[in-house]
Amino acid sequence: MFELDNVFKAVYFWLEGLFTRWGIPQFWLDLLSMLLIFAVIIAFISVSALFLVWWERKVSAHMQVRFGPMRTGWHGWRQTIIDAIKLIMKEDIVPAKVDKVVFVIAPIVVFVSALMVYVCIPFGRGLIVKDLNIGILYILAITTFTVVGLLMAGWGSNNKWSLLGGLRSAAQIVSYEVPLTLSVLGVVLLTQSLSMVEIVKSQVHFWDWYIIRQPIGFLVYITAAIAEVNRTPFDIPEAEQELVAGYSTEYSGMKFAMFFFAEFTNLFTISAVSTTLFLGGWHGPWLPSWMWFFIKTFSVILVIMWFRWTYPRIRVDQLMGFAWKFLLPLAFLNLILTGLFA
Amino acid sequence: MKSQVRNRIERIDANTMILNMGPQHPSTHGVLRLILELDGETVIKATPDIGFLHTGIEKAMENKTYAQVIPLTDRMDYVASLSNNLAYLLSVEKLLDIQVPPKAQFIRVLLTELTRIASHLVWVGTHAHDIGAMSMLLYAFREREKLLDIFELCSGQRMMTSYFRIGGLAQDIPEGFESKVREVLGTFPDRINDYENLLTKNRIWLNRTVGVGKISAEDAIDGGVSGPILRGCGVSWDIRRSNPYSGYEKFEFDIPTGKDGDVYDRYLVRIEEMRQSLRIVGQALDGIPEGDFVARVPGVVLPPKEEVLSNIEALIFQFKLVVEGFSPPVGEVYHSIESPKGELGYYIISDGSNKPCRVRVRPPCFVNLSALPKMIEGGLIADVVAVIGSIDIVLGEIDR
Repeated sequence: MFELDNVFKAVYFWLEGLFTRWGIPQFWLDLLSMLLIFAVIIAFISVSALFLVWWERKVSAHMQVRFGPMRTGWHGWRQTIIDAIKLIMKEDIVPAKVDKVVFVIAPIVVFVSALMVYVCIPFGRGLIVKDLNIGILYILAITTFTVVGLLMAGWGSNNKWSLLGGLRSAAQIVSYEVPLTLSVLGVVLLTQSLSMVEIVKSQVHFWDWYIIRQPIGFLVYITAAIAEVNRTPFDIPEAEQELVAGYSTEYSGMKFAMFFFAEFTNLFTISAVSTTLFLGGWHGPWLPSWMWFFIKTFSVILVIMWFRWTYPRIRVDQLMGFAWKFLLPLAFLNLILTGLFA
Repeated sequence: MKSQVRNRIERIDANTMILNMGPQHPSTHGVLRLILELDGETVIKATPDIGFLHTGIEKAMENKTYAQVIPLTDRMDYVASLSNNLAYLLSVEKLLDIQVPPKAQFIRVLLTELTRIASHLVWVGTHAHDIGAMSMLLYAFREREKLLDIFELCSGQRMMTSYFRIGGLAQDIPEGFESKVREVLGTFPDRINDYENLLTKNRIWLNRTVGVGKISAEDAIDGGVSGPILRGCGVSWDIRRSNPYSGYEKFEFDIPTGKDGDVYDRYLVRIEEMRQSLRIVGQALDGIPEGDFVARVPGVVLPPKEEVLSNIEALIFQFKLVVEGFSPPVGEVYHSIESPKGELGYYIISDGSNKPCRVRVRPPCFVNLSALPKMIEGGLIADVVAVIGSIDIVLGEIDR
């Protein structure tokens, strides 16, 4: 039931059959499949981001003895769709004194980098766009790209709060990239492969999952990853109570929506990556592989949301201290231990 | 003020950045404006700029009779309006030399202590929200709602209560008052423990508050700082104890104090004050004496309604009192109380007419705010937010 395994491949081979029968060159097939994949990813990201925004609002509401959106549809399920339509229809304001090029490009950079990660996330058995042999390296490289966009937004806005937000995000993301990568290295060391599919394939049974074999690595990863995507307790680049809205202070309408989408897309990304790396990816009994993937990913997302609505925000200097003085040594220790015992 | 601000701006050097924080900023608690001189994120100079909520309340008081002033006092510290009522009324009663009956005194104490809890709940919610623990705000407001229900039961108003009147209360406590207060007394200790579970030992909370926004006891006293901030420095000074008013000498309660005078100590002091207030409320509720709820001073206090409806003299008295008010003797009077924020005092000059010649309020928030630059200079922007929250300012009271 609902098995979607290898659906990408099936579609591709079906198209290939059609194209060879009609005698259309290979180039057009590649172009078409690229566009199709792009459309699928965009559609998936939009739906998942819309759902996550709604989910976040409901989770936070129920943690705070509220209901959250209730008026639009069953438990307000249409709320974020309506919000998105509102944001699209709003006037596209570019303030007078901003650096126009940088200001306009910044949200696109952030959004595109959030999008590109989805090329090599295995959503299920065979459900991966492209199983790059450097998959995890690619993901780490692309996610870091976000910081360029945030810095551009902070600088281009010509606003002091934005600038502070941009600087904070640059410092933070660059710092947390190091323990993040080191924590992933432990997994790579055990799998002896950078391919996402290979990493999942090496954790068939529950006791093979890297959360069991690499508990320190998992903790370091999840902490650093939360910092990477700027969520509480590490949400200092957009700390509402300190920096108004950080780098996105001057943004409104669709440009703001792109930042917002990217934020929730990145949240899904880090949860998906932690599922893949540490929680056995698509492996699980009875249910189809993609369903297991989503169950695990949404559990991680729920935990991250739980953090957000419980913890206070850490201060910027403490954030740096935490990364360099605590997480980094811990990640190194984990790597050394892995190297010794593996 | 403006020239002072300009002087500061003129002295900038090229390595620093001037940041305008407020009056529209999520965590300046209303319309406080701060001009911050930053080196990176470190605050070198901080200049508060106030006056954006100036409503001329003190001036307006000069144009109203003594009884008409009471609703204006609600609108200064609008999260603790009953304390404002009480401070003004005690001053007027001192001017008129009226003895308030014990029942009214007990209820005044009870309600002002509930006000203290309500005010501290607003503080703990907004303060935690400023530091990033966003759920606390909703929890605190959930509890505050119970207290506002009690105020509404008594006065018909949730915030602008004006329940205390010259000589006592506007009316007797209503039915169902005691059970509502008992319910609060039953649930609140657990709720306060819940807050403490969320924050007190939380590693991030400690990192954000311990050692932040320090002020020494000497500096605090020199600056006229009062209330929980002063007690957070270790000075055990509480007007309820040092100059008891409204029968506070009859109640048992402790005065919590801190040691270091940092944000965390102020937090602990206020949390403990909520517990002590509950103690006082319990004692007051158990000991409400029998008697009248208002001192029946002819010419000052309205005659009872039944008499007004049946007796022509009482009707005339009521009419004259409402239209003309009363004229206290010539004199000057100052009385202060321990409001949730600190020493709240009213200085009233009477020229013998039916309206006060001058009313000057000694607002705790205004004086406490003047210590802000001392607390935040050298800290980070994030500390500024934490310190503003810990001072617990209400701009309505600062700007008046």
